[in-house]
Amino acid sequence: MTYEDWFREDRLPHIYCVGCGNGTVINCTLSAVDQMGWNKEETVFVSGIGCSSRAPGYIVTDSLHTTHGRAIAFATGIKMANPDLKVIVFTGDGDLAAIGGNHFIHGCRRNIDLTVVCMNNMIYGMTGGQGSPTTPPGALSTTTPYGSREAAFDLCGLAAAAGANYVARYTSYHVTELTRAVRAGLESPGFSFIEALVQCPTNYGRRNKFRQVLDQIEYFKSHALLVQKANRMREEGKKIPDDMIIIGELARRNRPALGVRK
Amino acid sequence: MQGNTACAEGALAAGCRFFGGYPITPSTEVAEHMALKLPKTGGVFIQMEDEIASIAAVIGASWTGMRAMTATSGPGFSLMMENLGFAVMTETPCVVVNIQRGGPSTGQPTMAAQGDMLQCRFGSHGDYSAIALSPASVQEMYDLTAEAFNLADRFRIPVFVMADEIIGHMREKLVVPDTVLRVDRKPLQKGNLPFRADDDLVPGFPTFGKGYGVHVTGLTHDERGYPCATSPSVHEDLVKRLVDKVESARDAIASCDIVNPEAQVVFISYGAPSRAVQQVLHDTRRDDVGHLRLKLVWPFAESLLSRFPDAETFIIPELNLGQISREIERHTDRTVIPVPKLGGALHDPSDLAGLLEEVA
Repeated sequence: MTYEDWFREDRLPHIYCVGCGNGTVINCTLSAVDQMGWNKEETVFVSGIGCSSRAPGYIVTDSLHTTHGRAIAFATGIKMANPDLKVIVFTGDGDLAAIGGNHFIHGCRRNIDLTVVCMNNMIYGMTGGQGSPTTPPGALSTTTPYGSREAAFDLCGLAAAAGANYVARYTSYHVTELTRAVRAGLESPGFSFIEALVQCPTNYGRRNKFRQVLDQIEYFKSHALLVQKANRMREEGKKIPDDMIIIGELARRNRPALGVRK
Repeated sequence: MQGNTACAEGALAAGCRFFGGYPITPSTEVAEHMALKLPKTGGVFIQMEDEIASIAAVIGASWTGMRAMTATSGPGFSLMMENLGFAVMTETPCVVVNIQRGGPSTGQPTMAAQGDMLQCRFGSHGDYSAIALSPASVQEMYDLTAEAFNLADRFRIPVFVMADEIIGHMREKLVVPDTVLRVDRKPLQKGNLPFRADDDLVPGFPTFGKGYGVHVTGLTHDERGYPCATSPSVHEDLVKRLVDKVESARDAIASCDIVNPEAQVVFISYGAPSRAVQQVLHDTRRDDVGHLRLKLVWPFAESLLSRFPDAETFIIPELNLGQISREIERHTDRTVIPVPKLGGALHDPSDLAGLLEEVA
């Protein structure tokens, strides 16, 4: 099998805009799932609401497209009721960190055996470009027309602090690394959180000086800083600019997991 | 045994093997008893971070084929409303027990009320129908909770056990039956579309993990389960079916006790106020006074009113400001006398007897 065998072809064409980064993340995730050798019958995708959350509808497995912010809570019920199922959650920054923030941290605390893949486009894409909890300070959106005055969430820092077993961040530029990270998350018992920064040309890029799709991908490339290098810089007393994106494996540990067949 | 404990025992007897909940007075004993018993039956108890997550986990568990439930009270019930609509739209069987307390808001956490009877019917957005049972004894906490799972599986909807603090915390004798009738959800036949209904307007259930490859969404969907949110006809057909599958069965599933069907004056009650009415009938010993006690409140079967052909007056005591009285008023041209009561105390039987003297 290849990752293409996991797609529900009769649902095409999909709803994603030209240049959207979500497709990259979906491909990376399905490649990782395929590499694991999992059966379609034992794999379940769960999502909330938003662009990212439409992904399960294009995948041939059983899938639950739920209410806004609640995907992890639904997935917790599935996994606890049948630990034999492999449960993967697709979510976005608004879905996960705003309306679903409580379920996110409690999922990490429980260390429930889920793999959560967050497509972080730093904006509410589906509703037309409103500011989200990960919109960077100063960024423009329809609800921050003079620039966001709020700090952005560090989603990976949140997951690591709350107790997730595996935490990693990459971007839609880092296809190989992202696929490897999702696979590591799938292999790891307990709560795995993979954040993928994605370009949203329609609602983020065009308001924030990324005129072309590739401009934002170039930005991810040039602003990505591997966590090992960032740690070295800190040790050497060097300042890391605020706009750098720390990528890599940010937590890997083996706390007792919930929802694993004993 | 206490009513809330009997509720949990009834659920276990019905084969409930998943409970997701959040502590709230006066329902907590249901969760506590499930936490004690479920692990010993191979089941799963999980305390979630709030009531939104509780009903979400219950719905998720139900898709693995398990009988699943939660229990709560007014404030938690309000939080569950959006996901209950999701259960309606995705046709997910589950049972929600509401041990009602005084509202609005935090209100009277330790006092009884029946203030959520319209919320359970209309509380989530959009058009839908609902099934709500109302136990009036510890025995019925057991029996009706067990029956709620059969109704949930048969109609593939959330079924509400709308009890109250009085019944939940009452202690009475419970007779545990040797067996509990169990009618499970019918499985989806392989090759059938997952959301194409059979003649009973209910589609077969495609349990997760069985190779159906079903996509389940709260969006308006076609018979394949695929999102189809802009077609007026697909939406209208779906929502009408979701309503009709319940409403077309309302006479068939009606459940009540009838006393003195030839009476001219008839009490109608459900839940705790039934006990006050039963006391009135016992004390007055009048053959011209009847009693319609609803065990199943929603969908309200108006045909039950015609079981009292000589009735001139319906007296309806409720622990709210007349929520079910409104429903009965719209189905009858006879005199309807609501007897609303707030504050947490039950109607005094002597007050009801006095009212009866005034009426007839």
